[in-house]
Amino acid sequence: MTQEVRFITKNFGKYDPMSIDSYLSIGGFEALKRAVEMDGEDIASVIADAKVKGRGGAAYDMGRKWSQARAVKGDHKLNICNADEGEPCTFKDRELIKNDPFNLIEGMIIGGYTVKAQDGYIYMREEYRHLRPLLLNAIKQCEERGFLGHNILGKGFDYHIHLYSGAGAYVCGEGTALIRSIEGKAGRPRMKPPFIKVSGAFALPTCVNNVESFSIVPHLLMDDEHEYTSYGSGESIGTKLVSVAGNVRNPGVFEVPFGTPVRDIIYDLAKGINGGYGLRLIQFGGASGKITDKRILDVPYTYDDLKAAGVTVGSGAILVIDERTSVLDFLRMTQDFFSHESCGQCTPCREGNRHAKIILKKIADGVATEDDIKTLKKIGSIMTLASLCGLGETAQCATLSAMEIFPETFAVGGAK
Amino acid sequence: MTAEKAQAYPIGPELAQKIDHVLDAHDHDATQIVGVLLDVQDLIAEQYVPESVAFYVAQKLPIKVSIIYDCLTFYAALSDKPRAKFPIQICRSVVCKVNDSDSLLERLEKILNIGVGDVTYDGRFTIEEVPCFGACDIAPAVRINGKVYGHLNTDESVKELLAQFI
Amino acid sequence: MEQELIHLKINNIPVTAKKGTKIIEAAKSIGIDIPHLCYHPDQRVKARCRLCSVQVTGKRKLLASCSTEVWEGMEVFTDTQIVRDTQVGILQLIMADHDGDCLTCSKNGHCELQSLCTRFNILKSNLPDVSMHREAVNTNPSLVRNPSKCIKCGRCIRACKDVQGIEALTFANRSDKIIVTTPYNLSMEKTDCTLCGQCSLVCPTGAIVEKDDTQAVLDALQDPEKHVIVQTAPSIRVSIGDAFGLKPGEIKTGQMVTALKMMGFNKVFDTNFGADLTIMEEGAELMDRLKNGGVLPMFTSCSPGWINFIEKHYPELLPHLSSAKSPMSMFGAIAKTYYAKATGIPLDRIFTVSIMPCTAKKFEAARPEMGRDGHQDVDVVLTTRELTKLIKYVGLNFNNLPESEFDSPLGTGSGAGAIFGASGGVMEAALRTVYEKMTGHEAQPLDFTDVRGLADTKEATIDIGGTPIKVAVVNTLLSARKMMERVKSGECDYTFIEVMACPGGCIGGGGQPIGTTNAVRRERIKAIYEIDKDLPIRKSHENPDIIKLYKDFLGEPLGEKAHQLLHTHYHRVHKLYEFD
Ligand SMILES: Cc1cc2nc3c(=O)[nH]c(=O)nc-3n(C[C@H](O)[C@H](O)[C@H](O)COP(=O)(O)O)c2cc1C
Ligand code: SF4
Ligand code: SF4
Ligand code: SF4
Ligand code: SF4
Ligand code: FES
Ligand code: FES
Repeated sequence: MTQEVRFITKNFGKYDPMSIDSYLSIGGFEALKRAVEMDGEDIASVIADAKVKGRGGAAYDMGRKWSQARAVKGDHKLNICNADEGEPCTFKDRELIKNDPFNLIEGMIIGGYTVKAQDGYIYMREEYRHLRPLLLNAIKQCEERGFLGHNILGKGFDYHIHLYSGAGAYVCGEGTALIRSIEGKAGRPRMKPPFIKVSGAFALPTCVNNVESFSIVPHLLMDDEHEYTSYGSGESIGTKLVSVAGNVRNPGVFEVPFGTPVRDIIYDLAKGINGGYGLRLIQFGGASGKITDKRILDVPYTYDDLKAAGVTVGSGAILVIDERTSVLDFLRMTQDFFSHESCGQCTPCREGNRHAKIILKKIADGVATEDDIKTLKKIGSIMTLASLCGLGETAQCATLSAMEIFPETFAVGGAK
Repeated sequence: MTAEKAQAYPIGPELAQKIDHVLDAHDHDATQIVGVLLDVQDLIAEQYVPESVAFYVAQKLPIKVSIIYDCLTFYAALSDKPRAKFPIQICRSVVCKVNDSDSLLERLEKILNIGVGDVTYDGRFTIEEVPCFGACDIAPAVRINGKVYGHLNTDESVKELLAQFI
Repeated sequence: MEQELIHLKINNIPVTAKKGTKIIEAAKSIGIDIPHLCYHPDQRVKARCRLCSVQVTGKRKLLASCSTEVWEGMEVFTDTQIVRDTQVGILQLIMADHDGDCLTCSKNGHCELQSLCTRFNILKSNLPDVSMHREAVNTNPSLVRNPSKCIKCGRCIRACKDVQGIEALTFANRSDKIIVTTPYNLSMEKTDCTLCGQCSLVCPTGAIVEKDDTQAVLDALQDPEKHVIVQTAPSIRVSIGDAFGLKPGEIKTGQMVTALKMMGFNKVFDTNFGADLTIMEEGAELMDRLKNGGVLPMFTSCSPGWINFIEKHYPELLPHLSSAKSPMSMFGAIAKTYYAKATGIPLDRIFTVSIMPCTAKKFEAARPEMGRDGHQDVDVVLTTRELTKLIKYVGLNFNNLPESEFDSPLGTGSGAGAIFGASGGVMEAALRTVYEKMTGHEAQPLDFTDVRGLADTKEATIDIGGTPIKVAVVNTLLSARKMMERVKSGECDYTFIEVMACPGGCIGGGGQPIGTTNAVRRERIKAIYEIDKDLPIRKSHENPDIIKLYKDFLGEPLGEKAHQLLHTHYHRVHKLYEFD
């Protein structure tokens, strides 16, 4: 029986998240003390050597990101913690903030030191409003103890953290939209270039990372036993937080080593499907992820193996749907999400989602024609190829993958 | 305020002072407009930002009122239209749906005797459909003024929930 | 500094472009027009219509050619199957959300969306019609908004914000509910809007257009009771040609006059005459303020977008504003008094039309103070765009019309009047007269080139008989706002400031032909100064008709009659909400 591991979640339940003393008593800020004795480039190397990939969804090489961000010239630089966690079926960042806020702050300070930022922003979704007091308290206590502010640890390094709130917009998890929101505007993404690392929030060089990405760092710096790199293999080293939900008996966040078979995550950790129903489909990475069926169960959970099987790790969400929900109903729910969350500024995504929704309904009503299915496919292609941001680019992932895996759903003349 | 706007939402000295406090707390920093509007919205019983209040904030911050309007209509947590004292936000995303949020919605509609978007006669409740708010592990879930309530699969659990607000 | 050159290939054709060039511009340089809607050469990149998507070797996604800079070795394909399918598909998506009734649309014939549909042979899309079919919003004399024609390109928002600094327009909502609107959907005139029309000038569709008043003019022309006279603003003669496919900056004064006469106007007069009159009055006012310690700096008052701006946004600075009416309104007042008296035509039979580069002029003409005894001085204002429509309506072959001359007595204008059409022109015209009146001899040289051109803020110091006079010229309301802040803070020592609401002045006005870009503006400015250079009389006070008008009718500048007819007062316009 597969067991969870505790590396990123090592501190969960070990200290009082409202108390810096409690955090210090379990070795809090030791990693920061180590970090400030290191060259920033070496910190980036530690991360790169452990092959950590960003945990926000795009899986960008994190050591490389920090090293690039460090190299960008600028008197005033920023880093941002992306705590927007808007991807449906994703709630791992919530657990990290709730159980271990000081570790996140410590990770951000180390990040700030590494990329030479003076200010850090946490952009947290409004839906996590109940976690604000935890973070505000952690920031305040860190300021009082000199871990934030002027001349941190006497190393001549200044760094402040500001907590900003989202206001209910999934698209604000996208880097440029997030930045616009922090700048006090509606969160509509902008085109790149200019890249965020060169011209981000307030046109300053900015380095954006996910909550989980930051949370790994303090543990990695203290990992003298090389525990982290003992997990996984190839490009997928270490552990990952997955959020498993849907029709499972034990939904929740689990820390698993890369390489754990999908079956073990769903059937051991999440305890299998509720009520003994059969499995219909699994979606990986949130609403923007692709879907598949039971053929995935014996695939090891790694970046490469999932990719070979046609899906992606994405946000780490694993959504399990049983046979009571049809593929088409599932796709319509997903479509509703994107039809609600598109920012609406670019044509492919605004209009594509609108028409995709109409066609899915026609299929459900049994009135779709072959032309409609062709149009649906074409809309999917236009959105993937020509949308301005990742939202439109991935909004039809579920439907397009369903066309491969569940072609019968689109057999004209009747809905499944 | 000019005379022609007599029926506009009144900004008495007390409300004005509270709004000024919010602006001070945000250092009159226009980049914090989203946070400002969330806080200002909390000051209004019907949980929205009336036109007159938007113009007040715009003048005092200062910021263009068009930015405020854009934000109010863009962000789902902000509203330019009156809501209710306790807007019940029911998650309509996939995890809650497959955990029978349809029945939860029906229960809410039946008990409160309103449909989605309507307000109860006493201005207390309204039902709003919202996307996933990250409570999928306790689906089906609702959120009321920032607080999350999950596992609402039975009549009893829903009645118990509403009882807290009556 | 040497500009770095980039070598790339577009459809296998080698292209060399400066570093920083966008793909869309590089393609244009070799004669390929990549379809686009949100792109505008004078605006910041928006990259949201995605119509300009092209294929670039090595890239998984298509790239927007309006936002992507060329790089060394880049290989671009603008015409592959995938690019075509995507571009046509996007256009079909746009059309499904568009009230495409071109036949009743005011943009019919010069609409960018329409031409794209023509180009791609989109006759009918297979997508269901999802457009909202909203009524047009028609609440002010200047502009009409048609929300169901809007394609959400955001050009209007950029013009209003980046050029004018007004931000009366904004996006609202998201997803397929997104619209372009005003805060709380207030009607435009209730917002900070100045009715300048710059939004209508950049809109690629019929979603923001001038209020069409052509029918009123057609009716008047057919009415045998009416004596219909027309005045044409200084800038129309250098912009009307564009609308008939001529290259920008052609001087078409003669053809324009002929067209108006053939249409049936009883008299065709020149606003340049009104401009000379403005200089007489405004110049006198400036000298008076200088001599008697009046409020300085004095601001010009001919641009109605600017007047709407200062009345709404800087009412505390109104004492700086010259009380002189604009050339159009002075002309109107003279037409309805002096001209009426001289010709003996009863007032209710005289119908005055102005051809203006400007949508805000429609608002100016409707101001209650611009008239007397129940008659407005100007009955109808048509923009250049509407004049074009009239010429087409009547069926004139504009480009091949013979030339003819303005009528007398209100048809003579000096070079000084002519340059009113360009930013800096009012200042230069005033300086020519004021210099001579104050020193007793003609300024040498007569050209004040420092104040010319498209730059949004210009300044000059002129030595007038030993007294250095510092002047400034601003165009666009964004620069006007900056200037007003400087005036308010007392940190500038200007004597006289010219303000024009639109970029480049009237030649770039909100009522000019669609396609008025900065490159076009530059050509028009050249043409305006060419007109001035070739005129025998280049100073307002030497215009013989002006001299005669003062002698026979007005008396002295700033005299009682002049004061009654040619001056006005401006007042604070209250905002919708004002809190203390
Ligand atoms: C529509 C959209 C939503 C996103 N939402 C999130 C989010 O909620 N949290 C997050 O960390 N990253 C999100 N991302 C990914 C971010 O753009 C970005 O890649 C990430 O924050 C970078 O951090 P990382 O490198 O540590 O993963 C989203 C991307 C898109 C296109
Ligand atoms: S792809 Fe969608 S969310 Fe992204 S910019 Fe375009 S409309 Fe907005
Ligand atoms: S906006 Fe253009 S395409 Fe649309 S109806 Fe008018 S002319 Fe036709
Ligand atoms: S008319 Fe001028 S001020 Fe008014 S909305 Fe258009 S651009 Fe802005
Ligand atoms: S009104 Fe015109 S310019 Fe403005 S967004 Fe709509 S189509 Fe574009
Ligand atoms: S799906 Fe309902 S809270 Fe996530
Ligand atoms: S023209 Fe390039 S995206 Fe609109």
